[in-house]
Order: sequence, then structure tokens, then C-alpha cells
Amino acid sequence: MKRRVPLAMVFIVSLFMVIQYFVPLDSLAWMYQYLLDWTIIIGVFALLLGIWSLWHVSYGKIKQRAENWQYSIVTLAGLFIMIISGFIPGWGNLNNYVYEHLFYYVLVPIQATMFSLLAFFISSAAFRAFRARSILASLLLFAGLVIMLRFVPMGPVSTVVADLAGWILRVPNMAAKRAIIIGIGLGAMATAFKIMFGIERSYLGRD
Amino acid sequence: MEDSHLVELLWTTFAAFLTFATFSFLYKDNPFYKFAEHLVVGVGAGYFVVLLVLTSLKPKLWDPLLAGQWWYIIPGLLGVLMWMRFSKKVSWLSRYPIAFYIGTSGVAIPLYMYNSINRQISSTLDLSVGFGSLTAFWGIIIVIGVLTGLMYFFFSKEHKGAFGGLAKIGIYVLMLGFGASFGYTVMARISLFVQRIAFLESWGRMIGNFFS
Repeated sequence: MKRRVPLAMVFIVSLFMVIQYFVPLDSLAWMYQYLLDWTIIIGVFALLLGIWSLWHVSYGKIKQRAENWQYSIVTLAGLFIMIISGFIPGWGNLNNYVYEHLFYYVLVPIQATMFSLLAFFISSAAFRAFRARSILASLLLFAGLVIMLRFVPMGPVSTVVADLAGWILRVPNMAAKRAIIIGIGLGAMATAFKIMFGIERSYLGRD
Repeated sequence: MEDSHLVELLWTTFAAFLTFATFSFLYKDNPFYKFAEHLVVGVGAGYFVVLLVLTSLKPKLWDPLLAGQWWYIIPGLLGVLMWMRFSKKVSWLSRYPIAFYIGTSGVAIPLYMYNSINRQISSTLDLSVGFGSLTAFWGIIIVIGVLTGLMYFFFSKEHKGAFGGLAKIGIYVLMLGFGASFGYTVMARISLFVQRIAFLESWGRMIGNFFS
């Protein structure tokens, strides 16, 4: 019951997912859609599990007056204000004033700024990675530099750089991306087969 | 000034404060950054709870159940089983929904077979799609690049002799690809940075207009 039933479930569901792809029957298509709904429903329940975990960790920090516990109040305040504003009846749910404004004036600016911070860190990483100490590093430097200079106005040189960037993107880059995609495809299929036949079962955890 | 304009200015000022607070991490970790970091975790989690409950759970579970489609109780029960993790005694029950979820990844077998393998191979072998006037020539170079790139990823055979030489060509092709991806990523991040600076500039103008 503890391990065999989940393993059997994985096998049956995986097998159905493979069969429905090759057998064009309306009933199978309906069943496939229905099972996809299941995954979404289970996913939402899993998210609520994560929210409980967030509450548990933050509340524990506040209770124990752990280091930086004051910031956990900020986390919980943000969480509850969003949830309450989203679920209060008659507030228009997703379109209500508080929910919308917290999204546009809190979530969007912080997330966009955090991603823009990466411009600095990635530049410092580029400085280290792009040092032309070997042929491989020089190729990396060459391709990266050409792509970055593509949109920089440099007079007549711009056309040459744009042509070179076009060649890099459509020949070596295309070949590299295809090799990687085919490799990922083969790896994903092998992993899916391992899961289907119960060879890979780490998702079951320990007893 | 109208009240609505003042309120908008206050919200924008708060957004500008959060932008500065996040940028302050460039100096070092500090209380302003920690405030923004913890706030985004809470608000982000709350945002997704409301969004997913109202756009996924309600239409896909609650509404069908109210409409008498009783069979939707099965995914609901599987979802509830996820919460059995709270109890040490019956936590093994949470394996059922996880097993179902993992099982649906079986669809990856035909999908990856078609999208990542069949289509990529057929597109690679289509020599009419290449670059510039020497289409077929560059098409053959792409085929060689893909084959040697795959050889580099093949670790079951030692990279020695002719195979090692071909794998070396593969790593050169991959490096050019990685360089292009890196260049793209840098440009994307810089675009985001420019956008944040443009936002701060527009906020500065709002403040200027308010005081003038």
C-alpha cells in the first residue's frame, strides 16, 4: 500500500499518457483533458501546503525572536493583505483596488529590479568568463561580444557586425541549440521511462 | 491637485522606494533590501494563492462539484491527501497524489520524441533553410555542428582519437552557442535595468510636477 500502489499508479497513468497521444479517440482526449485538470487541482493543493510552510517558518521565527525576526512580520503582512484583499466578497476579487495596486506597485517593481540587478552580476561574471586565455574562452568572448554589439550604432561597421551576429545566431548557435535540445529530449525520454517502470523512485521518499 | 492624483503619486513613490531599496543590495546586504526581499516573498505568495484559487481551483473543482459533476471529488481527495504530510503516521498517503502527478510526466515520452528529436532532426536535415546565399553549404555546417555537439555529450565512449577530435569540434560549436546566449542574457538584463531607470526618471518628474 505504501510503495506498490504509488508505483502502480505511476505506471498506469504514464502508460495512459503515452497511449492517448497515439490513439485519436474522442473519449481518450476527454480523459486526457480531465486528468490535466486533476494535475492543476493537485498543484493548487500543493501550493497551499507551501503557504502553510511559509507561515510555519515565519511564525516560528517571530515566536522565537530569531535573528531578523522583524522581517518575518513584513512577509506575513504582505501574504495576508494579499489573501484577504483577494478573497473579500464584493471587492471584485482579482480586480480589486488593494490586490491590483500591490501587484503593480510592490510585486512588479521589486521583481523587475531584482532581475535588473543581474545586469551587474552577469557583467562581473562575463569579465571572468570572457578572458581570452584559451581557444574555447576566446570563442565564448567573440560570440558574446558580437551579439552584445549588434544593436550598438557604430556607423558603417554596424552592418558588418549585424551580418556576423546573424551568421552566429543562424549557423553555430543553431547547431549548438539543436544538439542541446536533442540531448535534452533523449534525457527527458530516458528519465520518463525510468520513472514509468519504477527504476527511478526517489519521489517516494523514505519510509 | 485631485485626491486620486495624490494617491497615485504615493503609490508610485512607494514603488520608487522599493526600487531604491532593492538596488541598495549593490552596496551590500542592508535592512532596506531585507525589507523589500521579505515583502516580495509575502506579497508574491499571496498573489499566487488568490490567482490560482480563483482561476484554477474554483472553475476546475468547486464549480463542477456545485454543478453535480461528483467525479471531480477524486482530484479533490487526491489534493487533500497532499496535506497528509502534516501527520507522521499517515504521511505516506501523500505519495498517491505525488505518484499521480509524476505519472502524468509520461506524456513527455511522445512529446519530447516529436518536438525535441523528430522535428529537430528533420529541420537540421532540411538544407534549404540556412544562411545567406550559400544556404546548402551552411546547412551542411549546421548538420556537422549538431552531430559533433551530440558527440561531445556522449560520455559512454572516451573522448580519444577520431571521436575525441570530433567531440572537440563539438565543444567549439557549443562555445559559440553559449557565447551568443550569454550575450543575449546580458542585453536582456541591461534592458530591464534601463527600464527601471526610466521608471525612476518618470517618478522624479511626477514629484517635480507635484511641487511646482
